[in-house]
Amino acid sequence: MAEEVKKKRLTDIGPHDYNEYLSPTIKKNYGKWAYHEIIDTGTMVHVAENGDKLYTVRMGSPRLVSGSFVRDICDIADKYCGGHLRFTTRNNVEFLIEDEKNVEPLKKDLEKMGYNVGGIGNIVANIVHTQGWVHCHTSASDASGVVKSVMDELYEYFVEDKLPSKTRIAFACCLNMCGSVSSSDIAIVGTHRKPPRIDAERLRNLCEIPSTIAACPTNSIRPDTVDGKPGVKVNEETCVFCGSCYTVCPAMPIANAENDGLSIWVGGKVSNARTKPTFSKLAIPFIPNEPPRWPGVVNAVKTILNAYKDGAEPGERVGEWIERIGWPRFFKITGFPFTKYHIDDFRLAETTMNYSSHTRL
Amino acid sequence: MGKKHQTPLLDELKKGKWISFVKEIERAAEKSERTEDLLGQVEESYRDKVNHWKHGGMAGVKGYGAGMVGRFSEFPEKYPGIKECHSMRIIPSAGFFYNSDFLRKLADISEKHAGGLLNFHGATGNIQILGMSQAEAEDAFQAIAELGFDLGGSGSDLRTPSCCAGQARCEFANYDTMKICYNLTEEYQDELHRPAFNYKFKLKFSGCANDCVASAARSDLAFIGTWKDKIKINQDEVKNYTKKFNVQKYVLDKCPTKCMWFEGENLVIDDENCVKCMHCINEMPKALRAGDEKGASILIGAKAPLVTGPRMGMMLVPFYDINEDAKNDYEWLKGLISNMWEFWDEYGVSRERIGELIGRVGLNTFLEGVGLEPVPEMVEHPRSNPFIKFTEDED
Repeated sequence: MAEEVKKKRLTDIGPHDYNEYLSPTIKKNYGKWAYHEIIDTGTMVHVAENGDKLYTVRMGSPRLVSGSFVRDICDIADKYCGGHLRFTTRNNVEFLIEDEKNVEPLKKDLEKMGYNVGGIGNIVANIVHTQGWVHCHTSASDASGVVKSVMDELYEYFVEDKLPSKTRIAFACCLNMCGSVSSSDIAIVGTHRKPPRIDAERLRNLCEIPSTIAACPTNSIRPDTVDGKPGVKVNEETCVFCGSCYTVCPAMPIANAENDGLSIWVGGKVSNARTKPTFSKLAIPFIPNEPPRWPGVVNAVKTILNAYKDGAEPGERVGEWIERIGWPRFFKITGFPFTKYHIDDFRLAETTMNYSSHTRL
Repeated sequence: MGKKHQTPLLDELKKGKWISFVKEIERAAEKSERTEDLLGQVEESYRDKVNHWKHGGMAGVKGYGAGMVGRFSEFPEKYPGIKECHSMRIIPSAGFFYNSDFLRKLADISEKHAGGLLNFHGATGNIQILGMSQAEAEDAFQAIAELGFDLGGSGSDLRTPSCCAGQARCEFANYDTMKICYNLTEEYQDELHRPAFNYKFKLKFSGCANDCVASAARSDLAFIGTWKDKIKINQDEVKNYTKKFNVQKYVLDKCPTKCMWFEGENLVIDDENCVKCMHCINEMPKALRAGDEKGASILIGAKAPLVTGPRMGMMLVPFYDINEDAKNDYEWLKGLISNMWEFWDEYGVSRERIGELIGRVGLNTFLEGVGLEPVPEMVEHPRSNPFIKFTEDED
């Protein structure tokens, strides 16, 4: 009996064949799409070389979803899409519709159920984010709560097309930055401000000292003898509070309720269109955690978005707009103070200085 | 029936127009009682302004060193339902295409064997089921395997590769992103399930330079679709666009190399000077299409900040004839990847991503190691400092 069970155990079966999930129109026109058109912020149509059309309706999701949510979207997909749907990189749900007649009823059903249709065109896209306090041990802030607070405030920009270009906001609850947070139009990043606390006894049992030392980007962790036994010490003068040591050594916790919070970064982009991909740059070094609604962060994001909306030319992403007007003016318009923290002092710091007399006075 | 825990702070996040994750956790708790305790603990985090998860602790299934991430509550007596609250990572269907039948069955599994909560998707692209205990892992794994799905990567291994919708639903795709993503995921099962690398390694596939999966910002090896020959112009459609908006201002003037202009009413493109950035095609998809000699650029070394700072992917192979290599089961690429992993294994140190290794030893050392020749596309410009290390074979 035991032998029989063992034989049946499935393992290493590999990825599932995606062909099973492609709708008939997609299968027929795979690699033969001619163009697409955006109909409104919730709808686009892809047209194949032979004239076949595939409509897509996009809906926001909080990424963290219940089984009941999954059944809801399945019901919609069954009713209007022959059961076919997909997700986007930014955690949206996309319903793939073959019959144009189903587009509006589908959207009405979603709206009746309280779901958010939008996210296509010159909009604020769904915020990609991390787990935060809901499910992560290295987080310096919650993720879902900040995202919910920001998206509630910016909701009109998800459902209406009224920005100069698409605006991608991303959230990471620590410097591990799961996801492409460091190259977003606006990035919100969980930030610690105090060095790790060393629990010498736990460290001896739990951590490998060489790898703990190697984890530090500023060589601030050194071997030490604690009570006659091997341990580590942290040079607090050079520690940059990144939390890398804590990810390899559980005996060096860094979370600190009073000192953790969020920093705001701007002007990054991933796409190569027009300008090269670029990292986001520091706008605000620190805003305290203010659960449940994080008004400081929400206001900061809104300030940036409003300034961008007022100042950018059509088609300009946030970073392209700031490049054109210059950083001094960005700080002036937003009212964010430029501080010593805005001047880089890490690995490539020298490459970020202004080696010229170019200045907008 | 009252709530197990009072959550006045989280309740604030049930208000507003954007879909509420708190409501989602509550819906999950209706089906999976343990998730009540997740609400309790998260409320406590909202009060204390700090997370309440323990660090460390393993979780996994037999024969795999990856695919599950252990998560333990700091207060197991107070919140027994999430004493163990592990996540199970599942390799997604390429391009994130699914059908309702599979998703319903997965929802059932998440409620039967875990907390009834899922991520579509994790940052790397896995489906995640949250709130599982170690005792449930094997049954959940087998139930998922019966649906034809396998566990994803975690830790120092090949992370689950991901790709854009590609040719399935995008006219911009210059190669079959889903096919190569599927092929390499299948090929590298062992590297994915059994961590043996210095650190994580990510592969991502974007069909064009719009890079919808952010491959060049977050994958060690990024594939970005491109083409060699001329952009195809439909002059009639160009004329239609000129009636709709200012093509000169918003398309031509924005071209990074100014390689296009009007001669009379006709659009002319100096294709030799085109860098395939996609801007003109994005703006006028009915008028302009990529050429026929399609392939991909390969960029290497992108990563997030830890340990030595963030890196953007840098050009390694300007034109990889991916469509030709596809006919040979991607033999050339698999050879290159194998050389890279060998070099990384030999010279990299623990927790050093391949981009950081290249930064440390220099691009030339890496190129020699993997058997690629230096080409000018790799650099922004040639060196401007005179500290040249001439080698002895240079007589």
